[in-house]
Amino acid sequence: MSASPALPAVGGQPAKASWILAPSSANTVGLGLILLAGALVLLKPWLPDALVRLPSLFVLPFADALNWLFEFVKDDLGFVHVTRAFAGAVEWLLDVTGNLLYGKNRWPRLEPIPWTVVAATAGCLGYWLGGWRLALLGTGTFIWVAVLGQWQWTMETLSVLIVAVPLAVLLGLCLGVLAWKSQRAERILNPILNIAQSLPHFAYMIPVVIFVGVGPKAGAIVTIIFAVPPMIRMTLLGLRKVAPEVVESGEMCGSTRWQLLRHVRIPTARTEILIGVNQVIMQSLAMVVLASFIGMPGLGQKLLQLLQSLKIGRSIELGITIVLLAVMLDRLSRAWAMRQPVHFDKGVPWLQRHKVLVAWVVLCVGFYLLAQVFPLAAEVGRRQALTLSKEFDAVVDVFLTFVDPVTLSIRAFLITSVLIPLRDAYLWLPFSAVVIFFAGLGWRLGGWRSALICFAFVGLISMSGWWDRAMITAYMVSFAVFLSALIGLPLGIWAASKESRARRALLACDTMQTFPSFIYLIPVIMLFGVNDVAAIAAVIVFGVVPMTRYTIEGLRGVPTSLLEAADMSGANRWQKLTRVSLPMAVPTIMVGLNQTVMFSLFMVIIAAFIGTQDLGQEMQRALSSTDVGKGLVLGLCVAFMGLLVDHLITQWGARHARTAGVSA
Amino acid sequence: MSVISCRNLWKVFGESAHTDLSRALQSGEADYASLVEQGCLPAVCDVSLDIARAEMLVIMGLSGSGKSTLLRCLSRLLDASSGDVVVDGQNLGELDKKGLIDLRRNKMGMVFQNFALLPNRTVLENVSFPLQMRGQDRHTRRARALEVIELVGLAGREDYFPRELSGGQQQRVGIARSLAIEPDIWFLDEPFSALDPLIRRDMQDEFLRLQEMLGKTIVFITHDFDEALRLADRIAIMKDGAVEQIDTPDRIVLQPATEYVARFTEHVERARVVHAGTLAEPMAASVAQGDTVLETATIHSLARRLVNDTREHYVVVDEAGKAVGQLARSAALDVLLGSEGGAA
Ligand SMILES: Nc1ncnc2c1ncn2[C@@H]1O[C@H](COP(=O)(O)OP(=O)(O)OP(=O)(O)O)[C@@H](O)[C@H]1O
Ligand SMILES: [Mg+2]
Repeated sequence: MSASPALPAVGGQPAKASWILAPSSANTVGLGLILLAGALVLLKPWLPDALVRLPSLFVLPFADALNWLFEFVKDDLGFVHVTRAFAGAVEWLLDVTGNLLYGKNRWPRLEPIPWTVVAATAGCLGYWLGGWRLALLGTGTFIWVAVLGQWQWTMETLSVLIVAVPLAVLLGLCLGVLAWKSQRAERILNPILNIAQSLPHFAYMIPVVIFVGVGPKAGAIVTIIFAVPPMIRMTLLGLRKVAPEVVESGEMCGSTRWQLLRHVRIPTARTEILIGVNQVIMQSLAMVVLASFIGMPGLGQKLLQLLQSLKIGRSIELGITIVLLAVMLDRLSRAWAMRQPVHFDKGVPWLQRHKVLVAWVVLCVGFYLLAQVFPLAAEVGRRQALTLSKEFDAVVDVFLTFVDPVTLSIRAFLITSVLIPLRDAYLWLPFSAVVIFFAGLGWRLGGWRSALICFAFVGLISMSGWWDRAMITAYMVSFAVFLSALIGLPLGIWAASKESRARRALLACDTMQTFPSFIYLIPVIMLFGVNDVAAIAAVIVFGVVPMTRYTIEGLRGVPTSLLEAADMSGANRWQKLTRVSLPMAVPTIMVGLNQTVMFSLFMVIIAAFIGTQDLGQEMQRALSSTDVGKGLVLGLCVAFMGLLVDHLITQWGARHARTAGVSA
Repeated sequence: MSVISCRNLWKVFGESAHTDLSRALQSGEADYASLVEQGCLPAVCDVSLDIARAEMLVIMGLSGSGKSTLLRCLSRLLDASSGDVVVDGQNLGELDKKGLIDLRRNKMGMVFQNFALLPNRTVLENVSFPLQMRGQDRHTRRARALEVIELVGLAGREDYFPRELSGGQQQRVGIARSLAIEPDIWFLDEPFSALDPLIRRDMQDEFLRLQEMLGKTIVFITHDFDEALRLADRIAIMKDGAVEQIDTPDRIVLQPATEYVARFTEHVERARVVHAGTLAEPMAASVAQGDTVLETATIHSLARRLVNDTREHYVVVDEAGKAVGQLARSAALDVLLGSEGGAA
């Protein structure tokens, strides 16, 4: 996809939001629907109740049906035995890694691996994959973890990752190959993946709790399920991208179909598959931290406890650990994906070819022996561990005494004059108006098919019986997205104005996107305490990142020839930005907006545990009472909101590409 | 006996636009124009040809004329839309999966236009790939692969990855790979296109030597007429999927079957192509004695003779020295200088 070299916007009218009301296209139906929605809103006081809220007659007992279905699958079909067996196997693996990493008293009952050995391994791996910087990152992370006495929790988290990631990769690879092989399988998998990737984390947890209970094995299994979809997608993408000639060359060598897959297709799709692995790792980390809600011990659980008791200094320490871990895992796996094979010249001795391997073995043996003599090299005990929490607390205190007046007034202002009125306004809207508005919007953007899809999404939400909660979620998300855009757009424009700055900003965005979402709660709780404002602030911080990032990418993607043409037409900087760059970048920025909405939805739900009254809060309740039907219905409500926005933006993009000849 | 023979071969892309294509093709209802009208893309149209053992057939034609597609049908990388391909007495269309794999493992080799190397394997591993597919053990594989790598002049680069090689070197890896199993039938799709002129000439010589020594049956695609002339026993010229003419180089140049072929060969220096044997006519009784002319000599190589030796006819002899006919000086001069004062 490329931008047309013509100058669509200079001179002509820049694209505005006027299309909503423009009478140009044939479909006046959409416009009519939107106007009808407006009329319904204006006429609300006189509307019959049935149009304000869906009568309870039409609220379908989806939750009961789902509960029945789960019951049926679990007990009557005996699926629970299958899951128990699988969970048993996973638990056995977890016991093994648990024993090796932190000395859990299970088979093979060895001493835990000394922390120095782990740190050396990470260093060698980092050096092999990406030179000194990654080596430093790898070792540094583990030294930090050990010295601050967080070894046990970190290893609990890692022991799950070590089991979950390979299983998720294997599962994703198999399903990806299946989807690639059979059109039917792909047609079935595709919608499932779409929904799965927009279901909030919690929605995954409840069925898992039902089938395997709580604890580490449930955490591991929910992590596996959550991390599989991107792997399937990347596998499919990679296999599709293999050049047909390469496959033909394999065929001409007399490969059987299996040999073709094993020796030709999968190795050639290596990069995409490994990027899939990278995504699996990052998704797993995000999930494993959150899985503390279903009794998964480790970093997440510790962080949750500390946050709930407002121990800011300790949470910051733990937050840094999680961030370091995330960045390290991301950089290492990405370096692995990007790694190109290089040959050694003839006559390079064996030792030099395998110097990293040799160094690793030597270091491991060395540290093992050292650990026998100095226990400190094996384990940094509670007593010896350093802690920076006092320092952090002191700094935070000083900081807070300065900003508290500001944050307090912001908080008060936001809550009384923005958030509460806004929430009430959303709740005041008659549901019929909302349904009709989105149907109309869908019609204008993508014809009757879109209208039907939008109608179905919003209609199902209203039929779920969670309309008010959904509106609260919608109000938080829309407000947060609005502010994210307000901050992210100018930030992106500013960053994109200089190449070096743009590159640095993109790197920062990249890095921040690897952090598990949980982390974003630490600073906002520190600033605003536990309330709605904190939740929204967390969502905003989380949402600004994709907004900024896609703005920068969109602006950087504007062809230089266009900018030169604008220069030659005598445009000044402002004109260039508003008339050329921004209109050209709009499709990319819309992709960013789409992602911001998705991220915000996820974050709003996660933020539920610091006290919101939306779908997230109900979902937490469903989780604690293991009400799978309710949990899934709530999750699907969230997913439908995300898919609705996704659908509208995609349709808008297609329409924009058709009319303006520009595409993302 | 012909090794490869194909009869009324069609390959149409976008067949789904056409219902019951193969029947329509066999009965002759569908032709090029009607297929195009229905939105199909006929890439190979009604091709029939026979390739004899140890023959080298060169296929030429403009870009997009269906050369690669024809080659793919001959190796059954593509299933033909209609028509038969018979290789060594086996009808490819009727061959099952296993038979096809056996055929490819033991008899066929192919060099691809875009090299099509496996990016994550070294040169050595790429070359030994077909042997690995056959299930040979590591040691034999390695020995044989090293042998062919040496043959294509890449010795010392066994451990390089395709990414680390130049285009020409990658192409030679492709050639080596296709040679590893010593195929009887060798398909080459522009195998020398990325080589520099010197190496290209070396490879061509090497090629001719192999051909002489091993007697492989070769189908060779090229855009380079000089290369075709150097190598070909016969040349097939394709246009819009159909073979316009399939003949020896001399006759392609002297008696083009169609306007298109004539245009195709317009700029060829005929004297370098045409052999004395081709121009020879039956012996008349009155031929003057004197120096004879070898039938395999090109007219170009006889240029000096033609100017100095003013006899009307020369005797043409074969390699054994037996007279096979007579060469009219005027005819030879026509070829050399172009008839009626046309540009030579
Ligand atoms: N897989 C395919 N699907 C659809 N059309 C194809 C396919 N492969 C080739 N074609 C079409 O068939 C025609 C012949 O292609 P082919 O590759 O045989 O040409 P070629 O003579 O080898 O050209 P070149 O000299 O450029 O290699 C072209 O018009 C091409 O677009
Ligand atoms: Mg070709």
